[in-house]
Formats: sequence, C-alpha cells, structure tokens
Amino acid sequence: MADVVARDLTLSTAHRRLTMQKFVGRKSTIAFFMCLPLILVVACLVVYPAFYSISLAMMNKSMQHFVGFGNFTFLFKRNTFWMVVEQTVLFAVTAVIFKALIGFIAAHFVHNLPAKGQRKWRGMLLIPWVIPPAMSTLAWFWLFDPSYSAFNWVFAQLGIPQVAWLGNPYWARFAVILVNVWVGSPFFLIMYLAALKSVPEQLHEAAMIDGANWWQKIWYINLPMMRNIIQITALFSLIVTFANFDIVKILTNGGPVDQTHVFATWAFNWAISGNDIPLGASVSLFMAPILALAAVLILRNVRQRGNEA
Amino acid sequence: MAQVALRNIVKTFDKTPAVQGIDLDIADREFIVLVGPSGCGKSTTLRMIAGLEEATSGEIYIGDQLVNDVPPKDRDIAMVFQNYALYPHMTVFENMSFGLRLKKFPKAEIKERVQGAARILDITELLDRRPKQLSGGQRQRVAMGRAIVRNPKVFLFDEPLSNLDAKLRVQMRTEIKKIHQKVTTTTVYVTHDQVEAMTLADRVVIMNAGRIDQIGSPHEVYHSPKTQFVAGFIGSPTMNMLPCRLVENGSGLTVRLSDWLSLPVPPSRVARYRARVGKELTFGLRPEHIIEGRGDVPPGAAAFEAPLDVVEPMGMETMVYFIVDGVEVCGRVNPAAAGRVGESMRLVADLNQMHLIDPHTQMVI
Amino acid sequence: MTTAIADAGHTPGVRYGSISQGRRRTLYWSYFFLILFVIFFLTPPVYMFITSLKSSAEISAASNPWWVYNPTLSNYADLLTQKTYLIFFRNSAVVSLCVVTITMLISVLAAFSLARMKFWGSATLATGVFLAYLIPDTLVFIPLFKTFAFIHDKTGIELINHWWVLIILLPTLTVPFCTWIMIGYFASIPKELDEAALIDGAGYIQMLTKIFIPVALPGIIAAMIFCFTVSWANFLYGLAFTTSADQLTLPVGIVTTLIRGDVYAWGQIMTGALLGAAPPLIIYAFLMDYYIAGLTAGATKG
Repeated sequence: MADVVARDLTLSTAHRRLTMQKFVGRKSTIAFFMCLPLILVVACLVVYPAFYSISLAMMNKSMQHFVGFGNFTFLFKRNTFWMVVEQTVLFAVTAVIFKALIGFIAAHFVHNLPAKGQRKWRGMLLIPWVIPPAMSTLAWFWLFDPSYSAFNWVFAQLGIPQVAWLGNPYWARFAVILVNVWVGSPFFLIMYLAALKSVPEQLHEAAMIDGANWWQKIWYINLPMMRNIIQITALFSLIVTFANFDIVKILTNGGPVDQTHVFATWAFNWAISGNDIPLGASVSLFMAPILALAAVLILRNVRQRGNEA
Repeated sequence: MAQVALRNIVKTFDKTPAVQGIDLDIADREFIVLVGPSGCGKSTTLRMIAGLEEATSGEIYIGDQLVNDVPPKDRDIAMVFQNYALYPHMTVFENMSFGLRLKKFPKAEIKERVQGAARILDITELLDRRPKQLSGGQRQRVAMGRAIVRNPKVFLFDEPLSNLDAKLRVQMRTEIKKIHQKVTTTTVYVTHDQVEAMTLADRVVIMNAGRIDQIGSPHEVYHSPKTQFVAGFIGSPTMNMLPCRLVENGSGLTVRLSDWLSLPVPPSRVARYRARVGKELTFGLRPEHIIEGRGDVPPGAAAFEAPLDVVEPMGMETMVYFIVDGVEVCGRVNPAAAGRVGESMRLVADLNQMHLIDPHTQMVI
Repeated sequence: MTTAIADAGHTPGVRYGSISQGRRRTLYWSYFFLILFVIFFLTPPVYMFITSLKSSAEISAASNPWWVYNPTLSNYADLLTQKTYLIFFRNSAVVSLCVVTITMLISVLAAFSLARMKFWGSATLATGVFLAYLIPDTLVFIPLFKTFAFIHDKTGIELINHWWVLIILLPTLTVPFCTWIMIGYFASIPKELDEAALIDGAGYIQMLTKIFIPVALPGIIAAMIFCFTVSWANFLYGLAFTTSADQLTLPVGIVTTLIRGDVYAWGQIMTGALLGAAPPLIIYAFLMDYYIAGLTAGATKG
C-alpha cells in the first residue's frame, strides 16, 4: 500500500487504477483509519456514557420506568445534597488556591538555586505526585489514625491537645484538603518552574537596573509573563480536584456524618453500595456544568496562547 | 554625567579567566567602544560596570564613587541590551517609565521625560503599542528611550545592533551618533563589529583574550596599530600579512616577500628597522594601500607586476587577489583599471603605510 | 537636567553590603524554605517506610511512631509470600502493561494522522480529543457500570468482576492525553524531514516508523510513563468493577482486603502500600526527565 500512496503523491494521473484502490490509497482515507481506534475508544467509552448518564438519571431505582426529574427533585430536597455541593466546591477552590501558592513559592526557590542542584531538589519535591494517590492516602490515613496518630504523638510530647483528625468534621475537611494539596502541589511546582525558566533572564537584569527589588520583579515581570500557565494549570487542577474520588473515599469515605462527601464519592455510594444507579448518575451529573465551564475557559486560553505566540 | 574608571579588573568564572587585568579611564561625556572578537571579555567588562557581574578583584569607579559593592539599581546607570529586553506585557510608555515608576517619581515628570525621550528618538506615535507590534529598529529605539529617560551617569550598550539586518544596522548607527550629540552622557558601547567601533567611538578599546591590546582614537588604531591583533582586527578587508625578511640594499633596506617580489623600505623608516635585518618578520599592508599602477609612482611607493588569481568587482571598486609564496594578497583598484584573472597587472604599493611585526612578540615595530 | 536629578540614585552616607553577600543570603533562605517543603512532601513516604519495618507488637505498643526500635522484615516476607498480594501485583502489572501497549498503538497512529495529515475534521477531532481528556472518570463510571450489566443480561458475557475488563476501560483515561502529547511532539518535527523522506521514496507508514517514532522517542517514552503511572494508580474503576479478591488490582486490593473488620494490620498495610508505590517510584528514579516532560507536555505544548 505504501507504494500506491507514494505514486499517488507524485500525482501521476496518467495511471488508471481501480476506483477502490484509489479510494483506499488517498491520504485522507488512510488518515481517517489511523484515527479510527481513537474515535472508537473516545466515542464508546467516554462520549456515549456521558450522554447515557443523562438518560439514566431520569429513571427510577430499578430502572424500569422513566421518572423525569424525579431523582433531581429528590436530591434538591435533601440537606446532604446541598452539603455535598458546598463541600465539593469548598475543597476544590481551597485546594487549588493552596496548591498554586505552594507551587509558585517553591518554584521560585528552586529557580534561585544554582542549576546543578536544582535537579536534585526538583526530584525530591515531585515525589508526592509520583506515588499512586491511593497509596499515599493510606499513609495519611495512618498518620491521622484516632489511636495511633503520629502527629498526635508529637503533640502529646509538646503538651498540645490531641486532634481528632478524621473524627471531627472540621478537622476531617481540613485533612481532606491537606492531602489534596500534598498530592497536587508538585504538579504546580513543575509547571511554574518551567514557566519561570522561559522568562528571559535579560528582563530580570533590565529590571534590576531599572531599580526593582525581589518582589517587584515577581509582581511586574514573573507574574504577568506566567499568567497563561497559571490560568491553564489552575483550570486543569480545578477539574481534577473537583472530580476527585480516591482521597475522600480512602480517608473518610465521606464521613463523619457525610461532612466530607464530594460528588464523586456520594455518587459512588448511591450507585455501587446503595444499588441505586440512576440516583448515582444524577449526582455525578452535577459535576458536568462546572467541568464544561472550565473546559470552555481552558480552550479559550489555549486558543489565545496560540494567537499570541 | 560622570567619568568611569576601572583599576586592574580581573574576572574569573570557575577557574576560567575571562578578564585578566583591565585598566581603563573613561572621561566624562566620552563615547568609548569596547571591541573585540567573541570571548574577549568585553561584555563581561560591561556587565561588571553595570553591576550584573561581580569583579573577582580590582576596583570600579563611577564618578568618584567606588561602586564594587553597589547594586545595579543604585549605580545610576542605564543599559541597552542586545535583545532589547523590553517587557512584553507593557506598552512602550510603560516600558520607558518603569524605572521612574519604581522610584516613585511624580506622574507629571514621568510623562515629561518619556515624551522628551520619545521626541529625540522619533517614537512618539508608538507610545501606546506593545513590543510585539514593533519592528526590530523600533524596539531598539524604545530600549534606548528607556535608558535616556533615566538620565543616568553612564549609558551602557551591549551589542545593541547585532540583531538587526545590515541596512538597518547602518541606519541605527547614525541615529546613535546623533543621539549622543544631543544627549551627551558618558557611553560605554560594546560590539564585535569594528566598523561600528570606528564610526561611533571617540576612543576605541580593542580587547583580546581578556586583555586590552590598545586604546586610541579610531585614527590612531587604524594608522598606528600596536599589535598584530589590532592591525588585523581593524580595517575591512583585513590587512595583508606576509612573512618577510629585511635585506640590506645599498644605504637602504628592502623587504623581501618572495623570490619575485621585493619592495623598498621608505627612507624615513630605515633607521627604525635597521636593527632587524636578517630576522624573520611579518609584513603588513592594507589592501587600500595597494592600488592600480598608472603613470608615475609617488615617493615612498613601489610598483610591481603580479598575476591575478581572483577578481571581485564591488561596484565602486574592484578587489584583486594575487598570490605571494602561497599567501593570498588583496589589493583595491579602480574598476576601470582592473586586470583579468590569469593576466598580470601592474600594481603600486604605498609603503609609507607599511607595518612590520615581530612574529614572536606580535608587536608592531 | 539638573544635578539634583543626576544624583537621584546616590544616597550619600549609606553603606552597601557586598553584592555576593546579598546573593548568598537569598540562597540560604531558599535552602531553608526548600528544606521545609521537602519535610512536608516526604514525611508520608518516609513514615510508610518506618512503619513497614515494625512488627505489630511494636505498633500496638504505641512507642515513638517516628522511630523503629526493633526493625523487622517480617511484613515484607509475609506479604511477598502471601498469594493474595502477589495476585494483586500480577493483576496490576498485566493490566498496566496491556493498557500501555494498547494506548500507545492507538495514540501514535491517531497523533500521526492528526498532526501531519490534514483531513476534513482533523482540527475538530484534535480539540475533541482534548475535551475528552477533561471528562473525569467519576462522571463516566456509573453509566459504564450499567452498560456492562446490560451487556451481561443480553449476551451473558460477564464484564463485571474480571480484572481484564480494566484493560478495556483504562485506555479511556490514557488515550486522550497520550494522543495530545504525541500530537505536540509530532507537530514539532520540522516538515522538511517529511519532504526529504518523500523525495527519498518513503510512504506514510515508513515515514511513521523510520522517522517520526525515532525522532519523537523522548515523547513516546514520556507518554508511556504517563500511561503506566495512570493505569497502575487507578483506584475508582478497580473498586467499582471488581469485587472478588483474586480479581483486584493492587491499590484496590490493599485498601479493601488488608482492612479486616476492626483490626488494621498497619505494618502490613504500609508495607503493601510502599511496595505498591514502588514501580512508579522506580521508573521515576531512573527516567525522571521523561516523567517531567510528560507532565509539562500537555499544558505547555497545548
């Protein structure tokens, strides 16, 4: 087939070929077939389920009848639902803000180091991202254990009162956000470090001569030039944090008293543990609008960067 | 406005010496050019004056102040970078006023200074644009504007024209000269292009491998180079250099270049060169001093015939190349008189402009 | 231009410290804060390691949790000889390797055609791929669960509670991003290479295998690493679609089976978790640059 393509490319129309061969040999056909597996995977396992979940959400528990918005009204009336909404949004926004801050600050410190040493430190600081989140959440779970918490042990030595990390609702929320920040900061660190390196050093020298001190350099030069990366990274992270499952499931399973549930874990509990698939589907659908908004913003940002470049 | 002094400046990077002992006095309002090949230490020296690099040893004075330990922003200098270093997210006005805004100058004064500089540089209508909307030459002017606005004691230019195309470079060269006439601040200008050095400088500082080979006015370094490097660096096309021997010839001396070519030393130089008779030397003569031989030969010059190897018509002049003992020698002739390749042509060498160089010390005799 | 303005930068009577002293101070502060960050980031893994060396007796004795008094490798020995744990490991390994292979095949082909062969709709498809990456697994797992149950009812093919189902499912998470990375790498290969190859007589398949893949090899390695890490770390799909002990992958297995009722065998759990984190960590240790390239490729090349 390769020669057919090559000959086709030389545009020798003098040759008469079978119509079928010609069709198969055309560049765009080959290209389409190369894409076909991708299209199949995405269509069957991503797009189709996403739409199916809409129809699922409108069925009753045993999935025999169509109940329209019945599941949704059921949810709106429940207090837990509104708690879950508030919690998911709170976790996502707080976690992303802290991740961005830590990533930004750490990136600047790493960038300050002599080039040889940077690799070492960057290597150490990326480890939370490399460890599978489920595994590291287990470690945090153990660190927060009600009876054996290593942190509480240190507190006891220092005379500080013990903390019910996972038992107290407020501390539990703190714990979930903390683990989220722990897992996600390295990503921000790496992205910001790369962005920082792309700011030309001469701009800093010019600013030095113009009289800028360290924070003026960050404010007037680094921040504006990193603005694109900052936006995109924050949006990506918002999506991922918003839909996060592993951390909450393993750390608290939504407890205590549903105070740390997020959409993903609550939907899971309804659908898999509670055997009410349509209700689970309706819960998870509520993630869609936020995700769509974030996706639109990301696309716009990427297009903008393409134009600016 | 201030003078600049460098005393025995040494700079080593990780055991590699970049600058090996520089002494330089720059007078107030002078336009001095540091010129030399890549790696000679000129940019490093400039950056040490700016404070972007720290001198390993030696002292730097701006005005009467020892500034070794003073950070760049307190040295009252302004710098124009090779890549302009304009802040891409700020408008031209904001770029030029950045330094003043940081020092909390009053708004009215900032506006006045920026517009004044913009007028000198002819960029007033560009004040609201962003750098990416400007051409290379415009960006370079904005970079200069940023420097002018600060009204510093010293301007520092780090190869500012290297990124421009040839035509623009010539244009901007003239602009810079005009600006220096208007804004007479002391200027230290670094370039690797000797044409820029010759046209812009009050004095030229030729640097080679971390040391200063010669300091002098453009006229001095052109006519009286002190070292072989300076002789070969200044002037385009490069000075012809051939190995030679001095031979006694009656009461005078002859420079023997090859079996078939010997040229007489002008009487005024005989005394100077007498001590070097018989030694191996290097003979230097610029192409512009080898011209077509027509009519009488002026005093001090000598005529000879040489078969032409390459002929390059340049329009205004023609470069002719002939070979002497394996070395290609270049002459500059009137296009009308130029011979043809392979043919012999009569040429006249103005030996009043000759140089003899000691090959061991590399110094001009 | 008065002398007053010319003196604006010079404050008489102020002494300045040496510049290098200032730079050294910033360096010390940087190291100080970085050490704090490293302590924050490395405490959990280090603690996992410490705990893994403790016997259950020592753990329940509630002595200093940060120090091992009687280090023992019994946890490791128990786990590595325990059949269940080894099955978890095997399941994860097979699933991950298969997913990597399938994903790379799909992604490389698709990326090549999207990056190089412009056909009608290729730009929309590329954007679509990007958007598909943004759809999280938590949105999609419920309808998939239902679909699989449905297929079981209709055709008798049991898709739930088999570990190999993950090989079908996990590519949805990896293919979009890997395609996106590869598009970026392929697009950055200069068109002149294509043209030189065409003149030399190569067809598209040959261009792909002889030029694009070798030149974009760093990108391919980065994508493979990303793919492996995501498959290995996957928790949700495993938890939702597999329940019997011998069908579980490692993350799910450790979390569900090592926690029996009220008794938590923490020594074993931490050992299990550490061993579970080992493959990605080892890959990271040796191929760190590719790892990071894979991370940054998505956003910066986009």
